[in-house]
Amino acid sequence: MAQTEIKNLTINFGPQHPAAHGVLRLVLEMDGEVVERADPHIGLLHRGTEKLIEYKTYLQAVPYFDRLDYVSPMCQEHAFALATEKLLGIEVPERGQYIRVLFSEITRLLNHLLNISAYALDVGAMTPLLWWFEEREKLMEFYERVSGARLHSAYFRPGGVARDMPAGIGDDILAFCDSFPKMIDDVESLLTENRIFKQRTVDIGIATAEQAMDWGFSGPMLRASGVPWDLRKSQPYDVYEKMDFDVPIGKNGDCYDRYLVRIEEMRQSLRIMRQSLEQMPDGPVRTTDRKVSPPPRAEMKRSMEALIHHFKLYTEGYHVPEGETYTAVEAPKGEFGVYLVSDGSNKPYRCYIRAPGYAFLQATDFLGKGHMLADVVAIVGSMDIVFGEIDR
Amino acid sequence: MNPALQDLGDYITGALPEAALDATQDHDELILLCPAEHVARLLTFLRDDASCLFKQLTAICGADYPERAERFDVVYNLLSFRHNQRIRVKVRAGEDTVVPSVAAVFSAAGWYEREVWDLYGVMFDGNPDLRRILTDYGFDGHPLRKDFPLTGFVEVRYDEEQKRVVYEPVKLTQQFRSFDFMSPWEGANYILPGDEKAEDAEMPGVAKKSGG
Repeated sequence: MAQTEIKNLTINFGPQHPAAHGVLRLVLEMDGEVVERADPHIGLLHRGTEKLIEYKTYLQAVPYFDRLDYVSPMCQEHAFALATEKLLGIEVPERGQYIRVLFSEITRLLNHLLNISAYALDVGAMTPLLWWFEEREKLMEFYERVSGARLHSAYFRPGGVARDMPAGIGDDILAFCDSFPKMIDDVESLLTENRIFKQRTVDIGIATAEQAMDWGFSGPMLRASGVPWDLRKSQPYDVYEKMDFDVPIGKNGDCYDRYLVRIEEMRQSLRIMRQSLEQMPDGPVRTTDRKVSPPPRAEMKRSMEALIHHFKLYTEGYHVPEGETYTAVEAPKGEFGVYLVSDGSNKPYRCYIRAPGYAFLQATDFLGKGHMLADVVAIVGSMDIVFGEIDR
Repeated sequence: MNPALQDLGDYITGALPEAALDATQDHDELILLCPAEHVARLLTFLRDDASCLFKQLTAICGADYPERAERFDVVYNLLSFRHNQRIRVKVRAGEDTVVPSVAAVFSAAGWYEREVWDLYGVMFDGNPDLRRILTDYGFDGHPLRKDFPLTGFVEVRYDEEQKRVVYEPVKLTQQFRSFDFMSPWEGANYILPGDEKAEDAEMPGVAKKSGG
């Protein structure tokens, strides 16, 4: 019999593929329908955020953080605000901290709503996306009511939050917390015990606890592998230490466990939102240090000092003492960190952004090896990839 | 100063004196300084030693200080789940320094080293796949260096006649302005037009003014 040459087929997945979650280009080396090697090409959405921040004052740098992971904007502002506050050595008033925790959790809901429903769409279920986008719209209305913008809010700023919450929003958020668990149950009834969904996700893309730590996983990806690690518990920031909530972990580290962990996190987020609304004190929402946060509008009309402060803050900005810090928050996707170096001027000298998705995507190769082509879509979907933060 | 961190720093510098040169603290975060050739050894120690157990490499990033002889900092951020502790290892590198790769110690290092190579041009020896990662295919230069202009050198547009994307030198319709908000009383270091004349014409009895 004549010998036949067998050659692996290389296929190009993306960068304009609906299941690639943005501009991911995957070069896949295939043996029939089995993936031998996956080589993600990233950087197609690179905007030079870190370079741009070096040319902006600290306040002007805040909106860039909304545009990194554009489905969880406030959590990223949170990391930058905490890092800057650490270098400045200022304290945020308690009400400001509670508002930040409240809106961090709203952001977590926003993110998980998009991720789970888009993930379900990737593996063949369309209804969750249609149902949950309506809920996302309600949450984005809360965003709009506090900050004026549905997506790119620029609401958490060094020193606190931009302004106090409008009257009545607390009751509306509580009403949402009452009605929302039913929406989680509805989608769970469609997915959790669904035979097709389980066939597509159970035992797909397994990462053991050792592998998850070695590859730099964080957030739900790490917890699904059975590592009980949540920065809100282990290194609490703002008022998270006063919150009573549980950290769900998975057992097998497969795509299905990641889904289950995220569903449970949403229920826990609702608990935190309720507690922060109940405990929220009255008072200022941002630091009263006039060298960092602007004076109230009314005061500016009468006080010359206030006018000067306002003018200086919005032209020159504030000077941050020399030093450096790495500050991380538990963003919905995982550990979002900011490594901030200040040289004593009004602009960051270096601002490195540690995006959780970057580490996840790197693991595509080892998670996808030996799986089918269609499983790669499930794996990428379960990682919660958003290119804004990966490409920066 | 956090005494627990101080103890940990002393312990590490004591155990590996040639790899961990110096342990300092900044805002209650421990920073180790390490010569380039020993970085893999130090990171292996930090990962495996019972009182360290820094099992996760959170990130590697670069920083550029052009006024220094060894202008780059390569910063390794590590996290210990067991001891709930973070640590930062800094390696200083010049433009020609080859830093040994730690991809064999932490799998996550692969892409982070690619990123530092791409953005700063620090070379890593032993990285299995040291290609550019964030910038365009065929990009020239290392954009996060301080001497790389913010506007870059080339811009792209779609050319209707050639039916493809073409690269052209950057043309700015308005000059890029970098405002200097430094107050003259707080150490501004710019030279005003006419300041250079002060050097030439030294008037007797008038104290010489340095620029600014």
